[in-house]
Amino acid sequence: MSERKIRVLIAKPGLDGHDRGAKVIARALRDAGMEVIYTGLRQTPEMIAEAALQEDVDVVGLSILSGAHMALVPRVIERLREAGLSDVKVLVGGIIPDEDVEALKKMGVSGVFGPGSSTQEIIDHIRKVVGAA
Amino acid sequence: MTELIERVLSGDRRALARVITWIENDEPQGRQALATLYPHTGNAHIVGITGAPGTGKSTLVNALAKSWRRLGQTVGVVAVDPTSPFTGGAVLGDRVRMRDLAGDPGVFIRSMATRGKLGGLAWATADVVKALDAAGFDIIVVETVGAGQSEVDIARTAHTTVVVEAPGLGDEVQALKAGLLEVADILVVNKSDRPGAEGTFRALRAMLDLGRGTPRTVMHHGRVMRIESAEPDSGGWEIPLLKTSALNYEGIDELAGAIADHRRYLHETGTLDSRERMRVEAELIGRLRDALLDGLMQNLPPGAFDEMIEKLMARRIDPFAAVRELVDGAGGRRIGAD
Ligand SMILES: Nc1nc2c(ncn2[C@@H]2O[C@H](COP(=O)(O)OP(=O)(O)OP(=O)(O)O)[C@@H](O)[C@H]2O)c(=O)[nH]1
Ligand SMILES: [Mg+2]
Repeated sequence: MSERKIRVLIAKPGLDGHDRGAKVIARALRDAGMEVIYTGLRQTPEMIAEAALQEDVDVVGLSILSGAHMALVPRVIERLREAGLSDVKVLVGGIIPDEDVEALKKMGVSGVFGPGSSTQEIIDHIRKVVGAA
Repeated sequence: MTELIERVLSGDRRALARVITWIENDEPQGRQALATLYPHTGNAHIVGITGAPGTGKSTLVNALAKSWRRLGQTVGVVAVDPTSPFTGGAVLGDRVRMRDLAGDPGVFIRSMATRGKLGGLAWATADVVKALDAAGFDIIVVETVGAGQSEVDIARTAHTTVVVEAPGLGDEVQALKAGLLEVADILVVNKSDRPGAEGTFRALRAMLDLGRGTPRTVMHHGRVMRIESAEPDSGGWEIPLLKTSALNYEGIDELAGAIADHRRYLHETGTLDSRERMRVEAELIGRLRDALLDGLMQNLPPGAFDEMIEKLMARRIDPFAAVRELVDGAGGRRIGAD
């Protein structure tokens, strides 16, 4: 009877003002059978790590449109590590210049998804890195 | 693993989060954890918050938790949202309204999807509550959308159930439509800052006045028998009707006060014990039923169940005889032995 579900936290760190994209992703992941914890706008790295811990998620998806990804992402990863959540996969979505993608991956980001990515790519990536159906 | 469970008792939040996942997934470790944690439960006051979608339940939980925190009480929150029946996935968005509680080590919020657990949702939720209880939270709030029987069942596992209503959701009183008034210990009209709140308030007032004088009937859990005698003294509690504006933090301390009053009432009148007895009995019956049915299904020869359905549809057997035959076919008394 046991029933594992992939749990994903979708968060918007930083100050950019709308979350349409994040909501589209949230719904797509739901439609792929995942449980998506949606936390809303203006999340601090501390808030994101705390929510990831309480919700015991497999994946944290960060939606960043402000261009502040090089500042925000390492702080989120650091807070996750401090919370003992180094296993949690971090995905970044938004407008990310090519030259930053490698740098983000070096920091420990498992996948970067720009405006051209399909939701299916994101779903496939999550299934692969979480290692579940 | 035993070590992880011990860490829950000492307040380790990461361990608590993991144990809750095991419980949600109905994994063997979850059952083992509950066995260890169970003796440490029974201290928290469990508050159910239910009502139609969008009435402001999460915003109210946020405000209430702040009020309790000021009084030094720690708060666990379980926010339940429906799983999509088509995809098995869910978007759990209650945390959006609880951001004021971020960064407070005296608060733990867990979002939970219903996962299509037929009837079993109330027990799954109750088990998650047990983990929070064992972890030492003083007050545990369970938020559910009051829309169906399973939500009503969850409300029944709380000590104090707050039913939330709001203006502007149609001309009917939503809580009445959903059968929620029977489970209300406290009624709240939220969004009192909005037009129409006064009308909603008056409609509920009239309804409560109508109900007064006639003894409250105890609705039992559909499937559960023999609890007619429970709640002998429920007549002693008069359901308070309150107004709140959760967004503006108005009426919140009054609501927290009414919850504290109800808790005191439960203790002083012995109603807590009778409710607890009812809850434990209903849980035992529900779990027995599940275990017996599982055991029976596993012991049936392959295809026997489907064949029986065919025979019933063809009217070649009656339902009583069908049950007898299936029980015999599964090995009679041996079922559910493990
Ligand atoms: N005007 C006003 N709006 C409120 C109040 N409380 C909540 N809201 C708003 O009502 C909307 C729904 O609030 P939630 O707290 O998410 O309601 P909910 O009952 O938890 O919703 P579900 O969990 O989706 O069923 C949000 O836009 C809130 O800001 C209030 O007291 N006054
Ligand atoms: Mg809510």
